[in-house]
Amino acid sequence: MKIYRSVLVGAVLLLIGFVASAQEITVPYEQFTLPNGLNVILHKDNTVPRISVNMWYHVGSGSEKPGRTGFAHLFEHILFEGSQHVPEGKFDQWLEAAGADNNGSTTEDRTNYYEDLPSNALDLALFLESDRMGFLLQSLNAGTVDGQRDVVKNERRQSYENRPYGKASLELPGLLYPKDHPYSWTVIGSMEDLSAASYQDVVDFFSMYYAPGNASLSIAGDIDLAATRKAVEKWFSDVPAGKPISKINPPAAVLTEEKRVVMEDKVQLPRLMMVWLTPPSFQPGNAEMDLVSNLLTGGKNSRLYKKLVYELQIAQNVFAYQDSKKFSSEFYLSATARPGVTLTQLEKVIQEEIDKLKTENPQERELQRVKNQFESGFIGQIESAGGFSGKANQLNQYYYYTGNPDYFNEDLQRYKAVSISDISAAVRLYLKDNARVVMSIVPEGKTDLAAKKN
Amino acid sequence: MKKLIIFCLLLASIAVTAQNPDRSTPPALAKAKNLQLPAIQKFTLSNGLPVVLMEKHSVPLVQVNLLIQTGSFDDPAGKEGLSSIAMDLLDEGAGDYTALQLADEIEFLGAQISSFSRSFTSEVDCSAPVSRLDGALKLMSTIVLKPSFADAELERLRKLRLNGLLQNYDEANVIAQRAFNSLLFSSSTPYGKFANEQSIRSYSKSDLESFHTRNFVTGNSTLIIVGDVTKESVTPLLEKYFSSYPAGAITNAAKPVPQQVKGRTIYVVDKPGAAQSVIRIGRIGTSRGDAEFNNIVVMNTILGGSFASRLNTNLREEHGYSYGAGSGFSFWTIPGPFTASSSVQTDVTGPALGEFFNEFKKMRSPLPEEDLNRGKNYDALGYAGNFETNSSIAAALADLVIYQLPDAYFNSYVEKALAVNKKGVEAAAKKYIVPDNMLIVVVGDRAKIEEGIRKLKLGKINFLSIEDVLGKKPQL
Repeated sequence: MKIYRSVLVGAVLLLIGFVASAQEITVPYEQFTLPNGLNVILHKDNTVPRISVNMWYHVGSGSEKPGRTGFAHLFEHILFEGSQHVPEGKFDQWLEAAGADNNGSTTEDRTNYYEDLPSNALDLALFLESDRMGFLLQSLNAGTVDGQRDVVKNERRQSYENRPYGKASLELPGLLYPKDHPYSWTVIGSMEDLSAASYQDVVDFFSMYYAPGNASLSIAGDIDLAATRKAVEKWFSDVPAGKPISKINPPAAVLTEEKRVVMEDKVQLPRLMMVWLTPPSFQPGNAEMDLVSNLLTGGKNSRLYKKLVYELQIAQNVFAYQDSKKFSSEFYLSATARPGVTLTQLEKVIQEEIDKLKTENPQERELQRVKNQFESGFIGQIESAGGFSGKANQLNQYYYYTGNPDYFNEDLQRYKAVSISDISAAVRLYLKDNARVVMSIVPEGKTDLAAKKN
Repeated sequence: MKKLIIFCLLLASIAVTAQNPDRSTPPALAKAKNLQLPAIQKFTLSNGLPVVLMEKHSVPLVQVNLLIQTGSFDDPAGKEGLSSIAMDLLDEGAGDYTALQLADEIEFLGAQISSFSRSFTSEVDCSAPVSRLDGALKLMSTIVLKPSFADAELERLRKLRLNGLLQNYDEANVIAQRAFNSLLFSSSTPYGKFANEQSIRSYSKSDLESFHTRNFVTGNSTLIIVGDVTKESVTPLLEKYFSSYPAGAITNAAKPVPQQVKGRTIYVVDKPGAAQSVIRIGRIGTSRGDAEFNNIVVMNTILGGSFASRLNTNLREEHGYSYGAGSGFSFWTIPGPFTASSSVQTDVTGPALGEFFNEFKKMRSPLPEEDLNRGKNYDALGYAGNFETNSSIAAALADLVIYQLPDAYFNSYVEKALAVNKKGVEAAAKKYIVPDNMLIVVVGDRAKIEEGIRKLKLGKINFLSIEDVLGKKPQL
């Protein structure tokens, strides 16, 4: 789950292009570490006179204390409220006056921030990022926390409570993971915990996690490498190093039964959600399940779309995707029924298609088609430097999860190496009937439409 | 000795600077680089189909968009949604390919082809690796020139759309937008109309064929190409696949100019149990060709067009009523709407509405220099961000065609935007932000918000049900 500091206006994810199989994708970079521990990655691309400054802090909702769910994300909001040399409100005002856009987001594993700006404004972004890394607490007070608490509560209302089917995703983490697992609560947190967050929590969280040694700065775009290195050294030189951080040691994430749940919501059409736990990011089996999600629901020829929406026309839509994370990933399958169709009927057809993929390998061409679409996605990522999906963020993401910022080619190879028999083996191993959550979301008062165990 | 001492001091001062950056003021910035885009190349194919090309060789990709200057506002009365379903059906079978075969071929190439309609235009967009451009254009031209409009596919999409209508009854944002548009525009114009059960049930195969035959002609179309090709390399491919595109011209009916809002009226659409109220406030704005365009853009940036704008600062940062608030002008070929919007927590709906009007009033008072500079620079200096990807450049080139802007427009934009001054922005606010003449739509829990709205005494309050807005629920 990824949630944002502010509404993404007109954000569209596009899969663009295709990389010829002989072609290697590589994003050349320079990397160094400052004496205070800050990891820095620089990549030069002079296509347009723009730069993206991208900062990752290696802390997310997974590091939260009991009774303080939602705190990492609330803290992300607070980071825009000023620091010792940046009065409240000025962070955004100064950036906008330089022609810059910025945003931040929080997941279970990490928090990231970016400023996309004209190349003449690099120093401004470095000043602001270093000031809030080094000198945040000097300017904060309880009022700042209260203000953003209200904003985040409204974010929760807008993104989950006032959105059809939105409340389901608030329930799923608790059903998927044991109580002491860091993924067993939501990133947005509960209303009670958001109310309980105190100024002291902010101080403790900042002191522990927002230190240079727990962060990584990636700068991509129209830069001069030597001058940018100097500028980074200058602006971050007075940021004090932090203390060592103890690693999270989560208990095993294993579902040992099938949990069946029924939720009522203000919706017209019932929806079935099936969720399984799958291997962590970049671990064996993870790429296979990304490909499986596409084989099942990517495009008109995908197995479930073709069956449920195109041929039988008993579903309005069907989606599958894998949410990949550090300690465990989740594989989501969701299908919305047409009027007069029960979720029991949908589940039966879905189960048949999953079973088929367990016993028979997919066709070679079918898998190749899916792989070609994934290859397209990779070149789309290198078209621009900024935002949540551009090169600057990707370099930081690869660095965090693999240790190698330019992991583009290795990542692509993970998908290319998967064979048709790997696919069936992965479906057998991970999409088990007796280790999953099956959730029926039905219109209020219509529990008879829920999926009943066959 | 003097010389040496100075030298040492210099070293020391450098070392000190490196140790302790000056944080007392934000760093002064060097002058921004000028935006200098590659040339816009214009030519026509042998059949007269116009082509607009911009080369971009940084990644081995090409974007090829066919722009058709007919959109949903041209749908015949009673056939609302026709252009949308017709465009959607283009790739549901064409030439010798079935719908499934087409999807398979396109995906196998790693290309993307999508076809859709907007309010004034329709498009078939293709993105492909330059090495697969021939194959991708072959499929694209088949879709464009020989759509099958098979009955079975029409019936399938018809059902999808009818069920989509049903889902709208839970979507507060959709309900708010539809209520706002249908109340803002007279029913004698197409601007407030939407596909409905009756119109969706009415489309016939011949409607689709007529839409296609009438609008897909050279005089109503432009090919827009951006990416890793040159005029020389791409022209033979375009001739190969698009020279049989029909020559011809059409004239779409003139679009009536919308009537301005008179007085202030509130419409509350009851959505019991809603956790938030969705707000839309607005009136008729202006057209893209308005000579004051840059002033209006900067004025709106200050009011509600960016994160640090006044509306977002007030409703989100100062009051905590909302996750975000903003405003925008839809610049059409004719005057389009100005809309301010937000989702606010139910129990503060009244006060939140009041804050919108406080900001509207404040916008009409003298403008502080700091706000002017921020708005102006955000627009001008951020402009280059529109030209990073092939698809965003293609969208900018489409604007050039639709609004008949000069070729020098992009490269001269920054200078023009930086020339915006206080007087111009203040005049734009006075002219377009008129709080006494506004339409207000709120979708929320009437029982909990009515009293708070009444207290504001903004104007007459009317109450609507969701079915008043969307019509009777379709029986499926």
